[in-house]
Amino acid sequence: MTDHAENAPPGSGDPTPEEQAHADAQAERLLDAWRTPPGWRYMSAVNNTEVGLWYTATAGVFFLFAGVLALLIRVQLAVPGNDFISADLYNQVFTMHGSVMMFLFAVPIFEAVSILLLPEMLGARDLPFPRLSQYGYYCFLIGGVFVCGSIFFGAAPQGGWFMYPPMTTKYQTGIGADIWLLGLSFIEIASIAAAVELIVGALKCRPPGMRIHMIPLYAWYLLVVAAMILFAFPPLIAGDILLEMERAFDWPFFDPDRGGDPLLWQHLFWIFGHPEVYIVFLPSVALMATIVPTFARTPLVGYTWVVLAAVGTGFLSFGLWVHHMFTTGLPGVTLGVFSAASQAVAIPTGIQLFCFLATLLAGRVVASVPMMFVFASLATFVFGGLTGVMVAVAPFDFQAHDSFFVVGHLHYVLVGGTIFPIVGGLYYYFPFLMSRRLSDRLGKIAFWLLLVGFNVTFLPMHWTGLLGMPRRVFTYPAGIGFDLLNLVSSVGAFVLAAGFAVVVWDVLRPKKHEPLPKWNLWNSGGLEWIGDIPDEPWGVRSIPVITGRYPLWDQPNLKQDVGLGRYYLPDAEEGLRETLVTSVIDAKPLQVLRVPGPSFLPMITAALTGGVFIFGTYHWWTLAALSGLGSFTAILTWLWTGTAWVPEKPEKYIGLGKSVPLYASGPQAVGWWAMFITMLGDITAYISLVFGYFFYWTIRDDFPPDPYPGPAAAGPLVGLGLLAGAYAATILARRWNRTASAARLYGALGAAVVLTLGGVVSLVGGTLSDGLDPTADAYSAIVWVLVGWTALHAVLGAVMQAYCAARRWAGKMTPDCDADIVNVTLFWHFVALTAAITVAVVVGFPMVA
Amino acid sequence: MPSETPDSPAPPPSEARSLWGVTLAPVVWSVHFLACYITAAVYCEKFATRQASLGPVRVAVAAYTAAAVLAIAVVGWRAARRLRGAHGERPYDEATPVDQARFLAFATLLLSLLSLVATFYVAAVAAFVTTCQ
Repeated sequence: MTDHAENAPPGSGDPTPEEQAHADAQAERLLDAWRTPPGWRYMSAVNNTEVGLWYTATAGVFFLFAGVLALLIRVQLAVPGNDFISADLYNQVFTMHGSVMMFLFAVPIFEAVSILLLPEMLGARDLPFPRLSQYGYYCFLIGGVFVCGSIFFGAAPQGGWFMYPPMTTKYQTGIGADIWLLGLSFIEIASIAAAVELIVGALKCRPPGMRIHMIPLYAWYLLVVAAMILFAFPPLIAGDILLEMERAFDWPFFDPDRGGDPLLWQHLFWIFGHPEVYIVFLPSVALMATIVPTFARTPLVGYTWVVLAAVGTGFLSFGLWVHHMFTTGLPGVTLGVFSAASQAVAIPTGIQLFCFLATLLAGRVVASVPMMFVFASLATFVFGGLTGVMVAVAPFDFQAHDSFFVVGHLHYVLVGGTIFPIVGGLYYYFPFLMSRRLSDRLGKIAFWLLLVGFNVTFLPMHWTGLLGMPRRVFTYPAGIGFDLLNLVSSVGAFVLAAGFAVVVWDVLRPKKHEPLPKWNLWNSGGLEWIGDIPDEPWGVRSIPVITGRYPLWDQPNLKQDVGLGRYYLPDAEEGLRETLVTSVIDAKPLQVLRVPGPSFLPMITAALTGGVFIFGTYHWWTLAALSGLGSFTAILTWLWTGTAWVPEKPEKYIGLGKSVPLYASGPQAVGWWAMFITMLGDITAYISLVFGYFFYWTIRDDFPPDPYPGPAAAGPLVGLGLLAGAYAATILARRWNRTASAARLYGALGAAVVLTLGGVVSLVGGTLSDGLDPTADAYSAIVWVLVGWTALHAVLGAVMQAYCAARRWAGKMTPDCDADIVNVTLFWHFVALTAAITVAVVVGFPMVA
Repeated sequence: MPSETPDSPAPPPSEARSLWGVTLAPVVWSVHFLACYITAAVYCEKFATRQASLGPVRVAVAAYTAAAVLAIAVVGWRAARRLRGAHGERPYDEATPVDQARFLAFATLLLSLLSLVATFYVAAVAAFVTTCQ
């Protein structure tokens, strides 16, 4: 052990009057710094407890909305030949049901709950980028209302939640598909922002002592899921770009007559879509991994095995996407490869379930409503998992594909795997969130209604499907065996809905007169329960040193010691919001991070960003451009005023004999990690576009077309050279910022901006001068997308270079405090890589091919 | 205060190196998986008819599999050696560097085993499928 000072217990036992007075004064200052803004300014709150709550509530409302849509579906299908709703509206209803459940509930609820819980589980004051959380929330709210609202105008998308072209290009000319593509892309960006925040939070904002093998399993799952979002959402965003470009500007990516191929969409969609299943499932497993030990009164059995399962599932889930495309006529060997991976993913999934069962056997289980939902989840999910193994067998899938069997299967997985644990988690965490309990009696009623209603709804669908009823038909004729099964499903759906109604009533019913629940009422070992009831807004009174995986079980005096400020950062002497940043593996204190307080800026930025997408949907290009300009300005203002503050002193005393820096840059800093992680997602989207290029080459004989339409080598090659120069100048600027005069820094940055713009002109101009027409064929279109993507990134890079010069000039960046230029250089590593790949592909590959 | 950052594109920061190590074996699986898929897809679409023998692809898959198994075995074997070298005390859940090293080694070993099985699953396809049909 090298860190005796860290692990030395603070003065324990009851406080002396002096200590108590000192602690009270500290608490007063801390409260001032962290106070939630009152009145209408409440909307400007950025604290994770506020934003997380809004996020959770909003996702819950979208869930109920999508649930009502599901009831409409079941009413329509209750009897044959029904005319309750028209075919047109039915298409909108099932499309919105699926899309809202997946994009506006399943993923956001994970992020919402994690924003709420993660800092509390880690004994952190807040997440590292509170304003980013608020920005993500308002993006989600605006985008969600926009997408949901469309159905009230009969303008909702109709292509099913996976929007296959050519249905959504040739046959649906309304704006429905545009609303889906642009509205949901907007929300996907918010999802990625939250993923970045959560990864950095889990890696860098842990309490001292919480080494990588000590973190709550919830955080492990969260890390895996957030990483999956980072690699799964970008391919969909790439697909959205292509599909929207085809719809808005007639770039024929999916039009076979002009060299495109609709299967490319299916690939891009399912590279996202299958990991998505695990993205929504794993967080619920994480909830179970939190709930089970509490009620089994024993640590979870097989910590490392569960980590294996989480990480293993995360990887394997990316090798399954083609199993949604088994009937598209791909070669048998391709089907086999994906079928094999689909079977393999059952191994880690099974391991974690066995760990839960082993924990339940090892402990003495205390009966409770959350545990009832855990048991229901295990049984239901295993059933859905088994039918999943069935459809992962290609010959069986040929029979069941696009039938109600699949509808039955996916609801068993999603409701069993995701919804039941979330309802259980609601009962478990409600006292933590709202300082009131939900009713056990209502919980049990809801449980039985949900369990029975669910099975009555979805079990018959397996038979309806095997009898041959296709999904997504708005009605069916009588007398071919579907009647009774559909009626039973429809009755079940209303029982299920009654169960949710009970839950909603339990949440909303007035509880003011009820007593406060006792502290840590479930007797959990998790750090999130350490706060008083009701809790203060500071997250944690002082940041503890952790010595066990279940701190409240392992460290008996922890609550008192933390509450009296005997650990790190017990005070807010400067009146600023501060949290501790620690190292990734060892959780050693590295920095006191000052996090920003309440602001309307992220909300305004979100509204302006939303304008780009919403106006774009209606092709109101001027308004969209103005909104984009406003959003750009708002982001710059936000960065300028709210990030990389130069501290008034280099170090700060944090307690227990330790001082740490107030400023960090490079891999020590959270901003560097956020940039690195964001750019991983960014380059994944780019690689997806490159995949598109090679996909066309694989399946088309006329790619690139004959005669070769361009681009000629000269323009792009010169552009690449200039961009390489800009990259070198940026690296030089980073060095000169530290070691040389400001004048040389400005010189390097000025040269970098000029070289960047020259590079963009040469790259785009060279492609343009060949007269490559993106509407002519898919080849020209995909070349333009790659060139455009690169140019856009380079132009952003130029803005960043100019920004760094301005920061230095304004004294907001100094030779010692250089996070801006370090992060910009990191961005430029990726720009350089992107430019090199683009030129190699668009100029180099045609020469080889 | 600000630390020196290397110039090469986005290297893994040294403090996270062993966390990257945990993901090595599944990364090998991913590369093997993609290599098998892409080889088969490109061969069948570009260079052969539907009835053509999958011969060259099967040879390639055998080669990929040999390389992947070797790589995973090395990762797993090194993890096993580290695991034996970490003399913690049961149940290995103390907040100590020894138990941390043990955890990282054990997680790496388990993921190597899973990756090995998943790699064989994928390779098995080439053992049974003989044409581009």
